[in-house]
This record gives sequence, structure tokens and C-alpha cells, in this order.
Amino acid sequence: MNVVTINGKRVPVPDEDLSLSLLHFLRERLDLTGTKNGCEKGACGACTVVVNGTARRSCRLVMEAVLGAEILTIEGLAGEDGSLHPIQQAFVEAGAIQCGFCTPGMVMTTYALLKRKSRPTREEIRRALSGNLCRCTGYIQIMDAVELAAERMRETGFVDRGVTTEGNRA
Amino acid sequence: MPYKSEPAFRNDAVAKVTGRARYADDLKFPGMLHCVPVYSRYVRADDLAVDPREAEAVPGVVRVITARDVPGSLRYGQIDRDYAMLADSRILTYGDVVALVVAETREIALEAAKRVRVTATPLPPVTDPVAAMNRDAPVVRPGTDHNIVNHHKVRRGDARAALAASDVIVEATFRTAFVEHAYMEPESAVCVPRPDGVMEVYGSMQHPFTTRRFVAALLGEPLARVEVFTIPMGGGFGGKDDTAAIVCARAALAARLCGRPVKMTYAREWSMRESYKRHPYVLTYRMGLSRSGEIQAVEATIIADAGAYCSTTPWVTWRSAVQCCGPYRVPNVHADVYGVATNNVFTGAFRGFGSPQVNFAVEQLMDMAAEKLGLSPLEIRRKNMLRQGDVTITGQRLDTHTVSLGEVMDRVVKEIRFEEKLPRCSRGKPEGDELYGIGLAISYRGASLGAEGMDFCPAIINAQFDGSILLEVGIHENGQGAESAMILTLARELGVRRERIVYRRSSTSEIPDGGATVASRGTLMGCGAVTLAARELKTRMAEALAADLRCAPEEVRFRDDALWGKTDAERLSWDEAMHRLFLKRVYPYSFAAFRPPDVTWDEETGQGDAYFTFVYSCQAVELTVNRKTGKVRVLNVVAAHDIGRAVNRPMLLGQIYGGILQGMGMALMEEVVVEKGRVETLNFDRYKIPKTIHVPEITPIIVENPDPTSPSGAKGIGEPALEIITPAIANALAMATGKRFFRYPMRVERGELA
Repeated sequence: MNVVTINGKRVPVPDEDLSLSLLHFLRERLDLTGTKNGCEKGACGACTVVVNGTARRSCRLVMEAVLGAEILTIEGLAGEDGSLHPIQQAFVEAGAIQCGFCTPGMVMTTYALLKRKSRPTREEIRRALSGNLCRCTGYIQIMDAVELAAERMRETGFVDRGVTTEGNRA
Repeated sequence: MPYKSEPAFRNDAVAKVTGRARYADDLKFPGMLHCVPVYSRYVRADDLAVDPREAEAVPGVVRVITARDVPGSLRYGQIDRDYAMLADSRILTYGDVVALVVAETREIALEAAKRVRVTATPLPPVTDPVAAMNRDAPVVRPGTDHNIVNHHKVRRGDARAALAASDVIVEATFRTAFVEHAYMEPESAVCVPRPDGVMEVYGSMQHPFTTRRFVAALLGEPLARVEVFTIPMGGGFGGKDDTAAIVCARAALAARLCGRPVKMTYAREWSMRESYKRHPYVLTYRMGLSRSGEIQAVEATIIADAGAYCSTTPWVTWRSAVQCCGPYRVPNVHADVYGVATNNVFTGAFRGFGSPQVNFAVEQLMDMAAEKLGLSPLEIRRKNMLRQGDVTITGQRLDTHTVSLGEVMDRVVKEIRFEEKLPRCSRGKPEGDELYGIGLAISYRGASLGAEGMDFCPAIINAQFDGSILLEVGIHENGQGAESAMILTLARELGVRRERIVYRRSSTSEIPDGGATVASRGTLMGCGAVTLAARELKTRMAEALAADLRCAPEEVRFRDDALWGKTDAERLSWDEAMHRLFLKRVYPYSFAAFRPPDVTWDEETGQGDAYFTFVYSCQAVELTVNRKTGKVRVLNVVAAHDIGRAVNRPMLLGQIYGGILQGMGMALMEEVVVEKGRVETLNFDRYKIPKTIHVPEITPIIVENPDPTSPSGAKGIGEPALEIITPAIANALAMATGKRFFRYPMRVERGELA
């Protein structure tokens, strides 16, 4: 049986779904609608999820290509008690959210960035988020949020409950 | 950094940051069908014939709908009812939809849509609005004998004579492009026929009440039988009015005809093909000035490409007329503003609404005049800017609020050190590869709708006997934070903790029509209504509880989550007050509407009190241009806006940042390419909008002169933030390169400056 791991749960992938995009699989098969469809061309970043520790556009991945992968979506980021991940908390506090349609993608890109770099410079943040479009905020408060999240995670020694170390190695 | 001083408040932030917020395409209903549009390959054609038979035969297809199936009005519109929601006998533009395919899945519907046969007799499309004004031009709109959609005039003094007597004339023709809103969420609608006969509509729309009118029209049903719900929506910027409403109407039609819930979600390509854009303008100006730099007269002819449908073109171009001379005293004006029909993609509301185009022209003319007269950009503006008690070009005396143009410009000039930096501008001089320039622009913006529409807005406060409070307002959350602003306003007015307040997303069946959430009127009108409803509620509560507080009703005070009598010894906590109201059988409920002061307009002379108040703005820009590559880098922006009163500072900053970036896109990058009527830029791979890498330093300056005409003191920021960055960039570009750029998007070609 083909499986993927999504937000820590093993999910079977039926043969007839192997050619679906990961975006559609998440949204239409699993009702994980937090991942948004903005362009279906890999150009806007709204559909960004974390695949084996890396930010990827789920509209450009077919299920066949992600079999066995560890996938984290926006729904898997908050704690089981509902507490926000520090990145989410920082987005809320920094005023980084307006219409919210780009937000899940922005948050997931940030997650992958902070996995890689716990102390990113403003320039690194700018580059990391350059594939995620936002039409509302002018990006400034989003980049503020990333800085704030990085700072909080360093200060509190936040240990992630998301993707497993195994997944990160893959 | 702003977040360190004040965490942002948004009632919807947690839902959005966790992915739990459900936008239209996230909704599913049992038995839900999927609907997709069918386009033709034509731009302009007659004898349209649609053959759905082959598509209908595809297994899983439930129905193919064409114009023949429409029970109500096929055509509808906000002003002219000219938009065929399904094309019948002819094609007027590339975005026309000829059929809807409804199927069990979206995949089946998409597959079947390819099999709808569409034939027609093509005609040469009319694509140049200037040529379309000629009497012998082919007529675009059936039932008329010309292509002029509207003609607004401003007539003041004797412009011709004053120009002849002027010492200096500056004249130029400016051009602007089609611009796409590029909201991140494409249009989507889910319509559910309810057993009681009511059609429920959940859509990505900016205005539920406009949507309801479109849906009711297409279905041929009364407004009361259509209920449009407010749900999270992914950005609008003026762009989720007509087209979003039409998508809802089509989904409702499919739901009605099939008797099942129907979802219609647009692919980005459909959205960019079909949805209306910002109007391209051709603006020809002559401005006469005295030797000392006072503007004597302006003559202007402004032509806006309306595309194939009227939409809000008469309103958009009306604002252009009112503001066609910028925020200056001009004693003699002769201006004509035309909306002209073509077969191009239609144009309508877009953040700025007719002001960015005229500001692009006027604010460059001011710098051009300054240059000619040997004045600085600041001197010429100070000589001519509207000040307290001055009269605008439409004859309106500005004496009901603080006219703060001088203040906003002084603040910006000081912050960016304009006078110190101006002499350092390269002006194209041949040293080094990076040319430096600084420029600014100022504006006044009529707040809210002005004389273009009926302006009023309701609010309902339904306080509960347990101390919690429900608030609903006839203003729509487009993502800008309207609900949060209204919660904060109510908390302030009632003197209660904001945690008590739950914003109730009303449907169109629950609250009266508050007008569209457009024209930067959300905060002004919504918070105005909330303020009035709060006063009403306080009066009601004070009358019921004054005796308990041992004072007269007018002596009851509301603060710190309690009601107070004459002294601090007399106090009722909010919870206790609610309990006592219950025992007295008094509902803590109020309804109020904000109806701003009247406005006036004379179509023939273009004179009147066009808007009941104005927002004053100044933005300055520093940039560099690479002499070899032509690459423009915006380094720094300082923006000051007198918004009356700041309600939610972090969100206010977000509007300013977002407006500036969107304006920068319009200035330097964005253009919807329309080739012989065909929209060519159909997705973000070709239609490029600003990204993080384009973000300059931005310093917002919030100027607060509470506005007496606004119950909450607040005005608006959405559009002021966007409307002058383009001319500020243009002026900085001229200072850097020594060249003027008369068309936006402004592109410096490689080698152009060598």
C-alpha cells in the first residue's frame, strides 16, 4: 500500500490518486483546506507545504513523487492542545495577517527557513519568502513576524513537534 | 519595530494562521456539484451558436447551461444593465462566458467544457478608446449609436482666456495601463438551494448586497429569497465586485436549475481573463501658471477605456473629474472626462478608483512647472496647495474639517530630509552607474462615495444579559481588518473590554444594506455607525439604570468595564448592569445608521460639494536607476496620511505598506497585456507583482486630526496609501535620469540612458 505521512499520521494513497497533485490530495481527499490554491502554476506560493523538511509548492508535486515522504501542512503546526506554534503566534502579533490567503504558505515557508537557520538575517528572510506572493500587507509585517518568531524560538529553546528527525534527513 | 510596542489585534487572526478559516473554495456540502465556465475564442462576434450536446453526453455531466436557460434577467450591472452573465447572440469581449458545465466533479466538468461547440461570425474588435470616440467608429454596445459611456465635465472660470494670459504653459499627454487587482484568492462561489426556497450564497465577494442583486436578477427572484453570507475572502482591492458577484450568480443559477448545491471556483487564468481591471487612461493636460508660480488654469481631456461593459466606469471617471487638478487652487478649469466602450476586457473599481491616473499626470505637471519656473517641487506645491477655507475646483469650500496638506507634506519633507537630498539627484549626469533621485507627490482624496452614490451604513449592537456583546455592521471584511476596527471602536465607545465583543458576520437577510465596502469607507462609515449605535445603547442603558446609580441619565458614565454615577462611589459593573436590565425587562439592543452630510453635484458644470470630507496625503520616494541595465530600485518611502484618528495602528500600518507595494507594482512592473482584445497575461508567471525582494524601507507617519463629520473621528486609508506612490516614483525617476516618463508602468530600457 502506498502511503505518505501527513502531519504525523500515515495516510494511504489509492492508486487512482497517484497522479493527483499533492495540493488536490490535501484539499479534496483529506479536507485539509488550510493549504490554498492561488495559481496552480507554482508562481504564488499559497500552496506551500513542508516536504521532508523543505518548503515545496504542493500544486507542482504529484502524489506519486511524494510517496513515503513526511509532509507538514498548516493544520499540523499548532499543538495538540490548540496552542499556536511560535511562528503562528508571531504572525498574529506582528500584524502579518490581512486577508489571510497567503498566510498558510508564508508560515510554512518560514517554518522551513527557521529549521535551516535559527538566526536568519533580514536579507535571508527576504530571499526565503521571495516566492510567496502577498497582495495585502506589503510584506513588512510578515518579515517582522519571521524575525520575532526566530527570536522567540531561540530564547525559549522551542522544540518542534512537527516533522520528525527522520523526515529531516530524507 | 511596530510589533514590539503594540501587538496587533485581529478577531480572525487565529483562524487564518491555523488554516481553519474557511474560504469559499474550502466549503463542501452534501450532493455538491461543480460548475465551470466555457469561453469562446472570439473577442467580438455575431451569430453566436452554442451546441452543448457532445458535452452533455459526457458521463457525470448533469447539465450544460446557456443563455436560453436563464429564468431572470440575463443582463445586469451596477449602473447600466449591460453585462450578459451568459452571452446570448453575440460576443463583446474575450472574457464573455457562453455556457456553464455542471458535473459531479470538477474534473468531469473541465473535460466536458472542451466539448461545447461554439461558433460565431467574427468581427474586427474595437480596441483603441481614442479611435472609438470617432463618430464613424464601429459601435461596441448594441442599442446605442456611439461608444461614449459617460462624459463628466468640470467648468470653472474661463480656462481658455486664463491660459492665453498665463506666463508659462506646461503640457503633456500621459498614458496608463490595464492593471490587475491580483487578489490572492481567485473568485469562488458555493450556492445552496434551501428547502424553504431561499438560495444561500457563500462567495468570495467584496459586497454581499451587490452580489445579492446580481443573483436575484439572474434567477428572477426577489431579494428576500437570496441570502448571501459573509465568509473569509482572500483580498479584493475593489476587484471582487462585479465579476465575483457574477460568478455567484452563475453558481446560483446552476444550483437552482439542478436543485443541488453547486460550487464554482475560478482558475487563475479565468479570473485574469474575465475579471475587470483598472482603467487605462489617456490624459492630455495644459496648465498655465504665472511667473511667480501660481496656477492660473488647467485644460484637460481624459479618456478612460471602459472595455465592453459599463460596470462602475461612470463613477470611477467621476472621481477623476473631481480630483483632476490635484489638491490645488485652480481658478479656471475646463476638463472633460470620458469613459469609452471598446471590446477590451472591461474595467471597473480598483483601489484608487480614478485617482491614481490623474495624480500620475498632475503631480508630474507640478514638477515640470517647477522646473520651468526655477522653483523647487516644494515651493510650487506650497504656493498652490489647498488650505483651510479654500475652495476646490468644484466650488466646494473646505471648512468642515482640518485641511492638513501643509502638515502632511512638512512631516514627510522633514523625515526624509528632502531639501538636503534634492541637490544630490543625478539628473542624468554622466558619473557613476547608479543614478539617484528623490521625488514626492501630494493628494487630497474625497472620502467615501461622494456624489456618486447613496451613502449610509447600519450597525446593530445586541448586548447579552451575561455581559457579552454581539456586534454586526453593514460593512464587509475584505481582509483589511474592518471587523477588528469596529470591535475596537465599540469597546472604546462603551468603555468595555474588547474581549466581551463578538463580531457577528451577518448575512444579507439580517442587516440592512450598508453599501459596498469600497471607497476607503469601511472604517469611516462602519465605525461611524458603530459609534452612533453605541451612543444609542448607552442612552437606553442610562435611562434604565440612572436611578440605580443615583443620578440623572445624562450623568451616567461608561468606562473601565462599568457604569458610573456622579461619583466613583456609584458604580455598576457591566455584568451587574446587564443583570439589572434583565430584571427591568429592558433589551440592551440598539440599531443606528450613519448618514453622512449631504453632497451635491451638477453634471453640466461639474460644480458641487462633491465629498463630505477629504483625506490628505504626501509620499516621498528615493530610488536609484542603473544607467546600463535600466533597473530601478526603490530604496526608501516616507508616507504621511491624515486619517482623522487611528483605530487599529498595526492594521493601519499594514494598509500603508500594502498600498505602497501595490502602487509600486503599478508604477514599475505591472501591465495586463491585451493584444487585439485578448488578455495575454493570465497568471502570475507572466503578470508579475511585487515580492519581498522589492520591498523598500517604508516609514509611515500617521497624522491625526479627528474629523468632525465622522462620528468616530476616523477617515480611511486603503486608497490614500496607493494613489500617489506612482507620481512620486515618476518625479524621483525624472530627478535621477533627467527624463520624464509619461506612461506607467514606467520602464527604463537597457541602454536607454547610456
